[in-house]
Amino acid sequence: MSAPLLSARGVGKRFGGRVACHDVSFDLWRGEVLGIVGESGSGKTTLLNCLAGRLLPDSGSVTYETKSAGSVDVHRLSEARRRLLARTEWGFVNQDAREGLRMGVSAGANIGERLMAVGARHYGEIRGQAADWMTRVEIDVERLDDRPNTYSGGMRQRLQIARNLVSNPRLVFMDEPTGGLDVSVQARLLDLLRGLVEGLHLSVVLVTHDLGVARLLTHRLMVMQGGTVVEQGLTDQVLDDPQHPYTQMLVASILPV
Amino acid sequence: MPDTTIQDTSPQDGAYNYGYLDEQTKRMIRRAILKAVAVPGYQVPFGGREMPLPYGWGTGGIQVTAAIIGREDTLKVIDQGADDTTNAVSIRRFFARVAQVATTTHTAEATIIQTRHRVPETPLTDGQILVFQVPIPEPLRMLEPRETETRTLHALSEYGVMQVSLYESIARHGRIAKTYNYPVMVNGRYIMSPSPIPKFDNPKLDRSPALQLYGAGREKRIYAVPPHTPVKSLDFDDHPFEIETWTESCALCGSTESFLDEMIVDDTGKRLFVCSDTDYCESRR
Repeated sequence: MSAPLLSARGVGKRFGGRVACHDVSFDLWRGEVLGIVGESGSGKTTLLNCLAGRLLPDSGSVTYETKSAGSVDVHRLSEARRRLLARTEWGFVNQDAREGLRMGVSAGANIGERLMAVGARHYGEIRGQAADWMTRVEIDVERLDDRPNTYSGGMRQRLQIARNLVSNPRLVFMDEPTGGLDVSVQARLLDLLRGLVEGLHLSVVLVTHDLGVARLLTHRLMVMQGGTVVEQGLTDQVLDDPQHPYTQMLVASILPV
Repeated sequence: MPDTTIQDTSPQDGAYNYGYLDEQTKRMIRRAILKAVAVPGYQVPFGGREMPLPYGWGTGGIQVTAAIIGREDTLKVIDQGADDTTNAVSIRRFFARVAQVATTTHTAEATIIQTRHRVPETPLTDGQILVFQVPIPEPLRMLEPRETETRTLHALSEYGVMQVSLYESIARHGRIAKTYNYPVMVNGRYIMSPSPIPKFDNPKLDRSPALQLYGAGREKRIYAVPPHTPVKSLDFDDHPFEIETWTESCALCGSTESFLDEMIVDDTGKRLFVCSDTDYCESRR
């Protein structure tokens, strides 16, 4: 293994006087799932947006090791290249599937969009790939021509995942992918995600407030509070032996069922 | 009957400037046209003026025509292919008054043809200018509501979403069901709305020897396709672009090659197909 896939150095972002995240540094390696946990308002999503090039950080840098063009500074790329990266080598799964999907067009078109964006012009092949991905995310292929607004929440989320993975990305950013879903649907989605991540050797940056999700999916964990990383380490280590008082509080606040 | 108002609006009496628009405005529009010609398919913003007709009736086309017209020009105006519909007649009379130009209904005689919804059947030649009236210049408008975003998509040539809409059409109807305002790729760079002409006319835009100017009055955009520029209708490899065909022929001239309008001629629903291009039809009878 040569260079880390994604590496952040001293990333900080403030909105006016309010610090959203401050001095965040980490390396993400190929095939690794990094979790970012913390309470609401701790800067998780802001950090994720900075990493994914959707927000320009005030300080620090984010470097990404591309497939063929060596390592690039995500925020110094031209907008054209950054957008190309975002729709080929990256994926972004929103908490609200409606933000990540085109609700007005069929599921097949949603999945096929990335393919068409990079020049696929054969309807039959695009449709074939879309159907294949529907199966892989466990949606009935009969629903291929239905619009996502006829889908349930869990199906929409799976469709969003398929739409992102169709271009074979190496790195996927996920913002609370299981948020807002009921527990049994969450469990199935987590199973699916775990299978896909392992099968495709994906690297993932996963933002969640749910320690259960973090435990199941992530290899490493960063705990954020008030915009700074208070603790990071292997997931099991952080969750089983939390060192920082805030992490201890977080772990202790899981309701025993 | 002589039209006395022609004298009333001659440039000497100061009522209107020649060609209705003032010279500064014409200059501004000509600049926009030059830029549009230089970047085929790119939508150039311009300071659209109030014109003496409502938006949607051809304010964009009429401004473009006013900016390029000269005394030696011969003007033809068509609306849905016809020279004798209200809008075509009034725009033709308007320019006869304010620009003292000769007007014609014959495609071959015209130097400027202002059109809405059709490209004439008679092939255009070098030196002719076709002025389109455009209601919605942005081909991505129905797919992406944000103007800032559509401009970025054009700038970066990110046209996946346009293809998505065609995919969706096939998924829903089994074929690309769009029949008018069918999106085209101009010179391999910009996706352009050809204005609401039937897709039947799209092949006529490709490498046409005539200059095509598109004016959108409400949205204040001008774009152009210079002569001999490649214009490709978007499609899929396994669902290629096709134009409309009819099993009937024109009831008046017998043409099997022109775009036909279907008309219901009596209360029992009797149908008649006739050429939409009246000049073409008359010339064949």
